[in-house]
Amino acid sequence: MKAFGGKVLFLDRSDINTDEIIPAKYLTEITKEALKPHMLEDLKGFDPQAPESRNARVVVTRANFGCGSSREHAPWVFEMNDINVVIASSFARIFRQNMFNCGMLAIELPEDAISSLFRHNDGTAEITPDFRNDTLTIISRRGRDTVPYRIAKFDKALVEAGGWVDFADAKY
Amino acid sequence: MALTLAEKIFKSHLRDEPFPGTKVLDIDVVMCHEITTPIAINDLVARGKDRVFDPNKIKVVIDHVTPAKDTKTAQQGKILRDWAHRHQIKDFFDIGRNGVCHVLFPEQGFIRPGYTVIMGDSHTCTHGAFGAFAAGVGTTDLEVGILKGVCAFREPKTIRINVNGTVPEGVYAKDIILRIIRELTVKGATDCVIEFQGEVVRKMSMESRMTLCNMAIEAGGTSGICMPDGVTVAYLWPFISSEYPDKKAARRDFRKWWSDRGCSYVKVVDIDVTGMEPQVTSGYKPDEVKGVSEMAGTPVDQVYIGSCTNGRLEDLRIAAQYLKGKTIAPSVRGIVSPATPKIFRDADRLGIIRIFMDAGFCVTNPTCGACLGMSNGVLAPGEVCASTTNRNFNGRMGKGGMVHLMSPAVAAVTALEGKITDPRHYRKEKLR
Ligand code: SF4
Repeated sequence: MKAFGGKVLFLDRSDINTDEIIPAKYLTEITKEALKPHMLEDLKGFDPQAPESRNARVVVTRANFGCGSSREHAPWVFEMNDINVVIASSFARIFRQNMFNCGMLAIELPEDAISSLFRHNDGTAEITPDFRNDTLTIISRRGRDTVPYRIAKFDKALVEAGGWVDFADAKY
Repeated sequence: MALTLAEKIFKSHLRDEPFPGTKVLDIDVVMCHEITTPIAINDLVARGKDRVFDPNKIKVVIDHVTPAKDTKTAQQGKILRDWAHRHQIKDFFDIGRNGVCHVLFPEQGFIRPGYTVIMGDSHTCTHGAFGAFAAGVGTTDLEVGILKGVCAFREPKTIRINVNGTVPEGVYAKDIILRIIRELTVKGATDCVIEFQGEVVRKMSMESRMTLCNMAIEAGGTSGICMPDGVTVAYLWPFISSEYPDKKAARRDFRKWWSDRGCSYVKVVDIDVTGMEPQVTSGYKPDEVKGVSEMAGTPVDQVYIGSCTNGRLEDLRIAAQYLKGKTIAPSVRGIVSPATPKIFRDADRLGIIRIFMDAGFCVTNPTCGACLGMSNGVLAPGEVCASTTNRNFNGRMGKGGMVHLMSPAVAAVTALEGKITDPRHYRKEKLR
């Protein structure tokens, strides 16, 4: 299983699409490593070089994250930057499945729970998911909150198996 | 129990239900292109599992950047080409025979009603126009599809869209789907299949139905879907004529896939197109849609006609009716990409290519290139493109560029004027 948790990068916008996460011009790469420097490169108002971007291990964002193309390069560019958890009020289907297929976590929370996480956006927030008990804890200078989450049994099994290829290969 | 078309396909293809709500389906067609497949191939090789579940069910094309533009894209093509040869995949389409995947594969007769189709490409939903369940997937799902011929889905709910009324002059399938996306929003159909019904859809050609289904993903939909009928039979007839005594029998057989009366929908939306204006997007999201009159006068630098949404013969013909005998504004770069060699050839035979060239358009080979800002028409920062494609995301056709999505008709008259223009003020010329 992958390592989950750490410093949080807050992206306060809905409908962030896959072109903003990793522009199409990098889809000519044939290794995941080559994607690393280009995370969120075309996201307006975002600085990929800022320390909170580079040190992040968790992304917290709003609705319909990862809409658009099917490119798995979107989860990969996060993976290559050691971000294995994305928390949003909703995801586009393909992005969400790609995350679990790679053994990464895409956690959906109600909008008010997302807003409560955003209240910790003071530059110090860290999130630790407790994968066994389906809760996550956020700690910042503003305090500490524990939030329960739900993911589908299948998605959980994929995370435990380390992704869909190993799961499917063992079973079908 | 009354079932929707999508539910019938799920039922007939169910291989396993490892957890309640997760359905692992047998896949009839796994389609591959050179952008998302090479990493899957490399991963299979690295795992010592360089195998394919069935070479006859895998369809392969190099279409996004072709001819290759640099070493990297040449390498992507090479990985795909070598793999296709190695596994004796006979339906492999390389340069000279290649075209935009979602146009080429239906044209080859690879899609049938009731099929399950996956591809590492979000616009795979296009193939639902044939009454198939066709879903875009990521590289890992594609990899498992190649290896095992299965894919896992949550059983989708279905949204039914009834399109009725009289289609006004100058209004086409593209306008209707843009109007629908405005209604649903970019996330309104997430985890849903969008079923297109109503008299307007019944009268539509397969090309127009593909345009509708193509953009289901822009509302978050897993697949678009249309009921397979006489129009579907006519399109597929060259490929299925040996399987049925006559077209009527095929039509009767296809009917078994239709959504049952009384099946359940999560949502039903009625759209009356009577009096509707042509539609154009205004912002960076495909649901930011306005009537053309509101957008009219917006200057553009480039007009692009092509893609899996609107690069078919019907689309080129519509544009050519407005362009015949005229020339485009000197301030505009016009680019047209017929989506397949067959379309190119047919358009040539019908004098359509000539009309485009006389009007001042550059005619490219069949490719996606410009649509995703990779080649053959990338925008410079600050430039504006009037485009018949399906995505207007920030930077989609080139960093810092702006894309306005529209029908081939709006695109054609926009090219003539150099600014977004209402085609309803124009006379269409007869083509031969
Ligand atoms: S034409 Fe555009 S949207 Fe269609 S498959 Fe090619 S890149 Fe994707």
